[in-house]
Amino acid sequence: MRFNRLGWLLLSPSLIVLFIVGFLPFLYVIWVGFHDWNIFAATRGMTWTGANNYRRLVFDQDFLAALWRTLVFTFTVVTSELVLGFVLAQTLTRQFPGRAFFRTIYVLPLVVAPIAVGATWRLMVIPGFGPIPYFLERWFGIQYRIGTYAEHAWATAVLMDIWHWTPFVTLTLLAGLSAIPREPLEQALVDGANRWQVFRYLTIPMMMPVILTVVFIRIMDALRVVDEVYMLTNGGPGTATTLIGLHIFRVVFPKTDYGYGSAMSLLVLYVTIVLCWLLFVALSNVGKQKA
Amino acid sequence: MRTARWRKILGWIGLYTLWIALTLFTVLPIYWMIVVSSRSRVQLFDAPTLLIRSFYIQNYTGPLSDPVFQRYLLNSLYVSVGNALVVTVLALFATYALSRWRLPSADNIFFWTITNRMAPPAAFLLPLFLLYTQVFRIGNWALFDTQIGLILLYCVFNLPFAIWLMKGIMDGIPIEIDEAAMVDGAGQWTVLWRVIVPLAAPGLAITFILSLIFAWNEYLFAATLTSVNARTITTGLAEFVTVTGTNWGQMAAVATISILPALIFLVFVQRYIVTGLTFGAVKE
Repeated sequence: MRFNRLGWLLLSPSLIVLFIVGFLPFLYVIWVGFHDWNIFAATRGMTWTGANNYRRLVFDQDFLAALWRTLVFTFTVVTSELVLGFVLAQTLTRQFPGRAFFRTIYVLPLVVAPIAVGATWRLMVIPGFGPIPYFLERWFGIQYRIGTYAEHAWATAVLMDIWHWTPFVTLTLLAGLSAIPREPLEQALVDGANRWQVFRYLTIPMMMPVILTVVFIRIMDALRVVDEVYMLTNGGPGTATTLIGLHIFRVVFPKTDYGYGSAMSLLVLYVTIVLCWLLFVALSNVGKQKA
Repeated sequence: MRTARWRKILGWIGLYTLWIALTLFTVLPIYWMIVVSSRSRVQLFDAPTLLIRSFYIQNYTGPLSDPVFQRYLLNSLYVSVGNALVVTVLALFATYALSRWRLPSADNIFFWTITNRMAPPAAFLLPLFLLYTQVFRIGNWALFDTQIGLILLYCVFNLPFAIWLMKGIMDGIPIEIDEAAMVDGAGQWTVLWRVIVPLAAPGLAITFILSLIFAWNEYLFAATLTSVNARTITTGLAEFVTVTGTNWGQMAAVATISILPALIFLVFVQRYIVTGLTFGAVKE
C-alpha cells in the first residue's frame, strides 16, 4: 500500500544525527577503553592493553566508593520522590479551590537549569548568610556546615534533588491517575473494600506502567547527576558527595586518563542497564501477580 | 453526622496546610536567590532577613553590560532555539514515519533512539571532545567551540525525548483521517503539512518548548566542548563560582537571569505539561 522508501527517507535524518552524536562516540568509548592513553604520560599515544583497565577498575577503591555512593543516592532520592509524589498526586486528583495555582507553582523547579539549582541551594546553605544554617543554629543550636560535615553536605544534596524532581514525579503520576477508569474503584468501594485495599489491589496495578516509566526516567537521571552537586559542594567535603558522574569527569578531564575514564564510563553504563532491567523484571512480575 | 463533618473539615485543613507548606518550600530557594541578587556584598552579611528593602541593581547591570556575558546570553539563545527547531522537525518526520509506515523492526529503532538518552553524559564527553576537535574538521574549522556543534550535540538527549513524546501524539491521530485525505487526492506531503501538522500542533509546541528549555539548561557538554566563542550562560554561571568565588550577589543575579526564559515559557506550557508527560504510557 504505502511507499516504504518515503518512510525511511523521513526517518533517516533522525537516525543519522543520532548515529553521529550517539552511536559513534559509544563505539569510540569501547575502543578507547581497551587502551592505555594519558596525554600527560611519558608515552603519548594509545597503547593496547586489552582488559587491563577493567582489571584495574574492579579493585579501584575510589571508583567503587563513588559508584556505591551513587547507588545509595539514587535509591534514597528515587524512593522518597516516588512516595512523596504519589501522595501529592493523590491529593491533586481532588478538585479544590487553588489547585491550578498550586500546580503551576509546583512545576517551577522543573524548568530551572541543574547548574542554577546547585547555585540556589548553595546560596541557601552558605554559612554566614544562608537561611538554613542561620535558623538551624538559632532555633536548635545546630552548626550546619556543608563544607565541614559530610552528613550535612549529603543531606543538602538529597534535599536538593527531592526539591528538583518530586514535581516531575508528581505530575507524571497525576497524568496517569487521571487516565485510569474510575468505575472499578467506585464499584469496589460499594462492594465493601476499604480505601487501602482499593489503593493496593486496584490503583497500584493499574498505575504500574506509569510508575515504571517514572522510576526508569528517575533512575537514569539520578545515576548521572553532575551539575547540581558540582555547583553545590564540588563533591566535597573530601569525597563525601563525589557521585560517579563527577568522579568520571575528574578522571577524564583534569587527569586526562582517557583510557581508564572510558572503561569507567562503560562500566557505569552497564550498571545502569542491568539495574533498569532487573527492576523491569521484578516490577512486571509483581504487577502480573496482583492484577 | 457531626464527627463526619469535623473529619471533613480537618481533611480540608490538612490538605491546604500541606499545599501551602509545599508551595513555600518550592518557592523559597528561588526567592532567596532573588533576595541575594538584590544585595551588595556588605549588606549580605547583615543579619539574614527574607525581605527586599532596597535593590542593588549593579548586580544585574554589571554582567549585562559586559560584552563577554552578552555573548554567552546570545549563544544560549542561538543554540537553544536552533536545537529546538531541528529536534522538533526531525521528531515530526521520524514519528510520522514510525506511526504510519510498517517499517521492518520499527519497534527496535524506536527503542534504540531512546537508549541514546540512557548513557551518563560523562561517558560521552571524551569521545565527543575528540571527535569534535580531531575528526569533524575541515582545514582549520572544527566543530569544537561552534554553535552548530552544540546544536547537533544536544540532539543526543533531546531527540530521543522528542521522539518519545511525539510518538504517543502521532499514534493518537487516527490513520483514517489521512486515508480520507488521500482518497480526496492529497499526496503524502500534503497530508503531513495540511492534516498532521495542524492536528499535532499542541504536541509540537510542547516538544519545541521543552527541547528549548533542556538545551538552554545544559551545562556539562557546553563546558567541555566550547572554549571561547560558543560558551553559554550556564557555563558563565559556573565560572562565577570558580573564578570570583565570593561575589554571591552577582552570581545570584546571573542565576536569576539564566532561569528567566524557562520561567516565561513555563507560563505558556503549564496547561499542556500534564497531558504531555504521559509518554504514551497510558492507554485509554
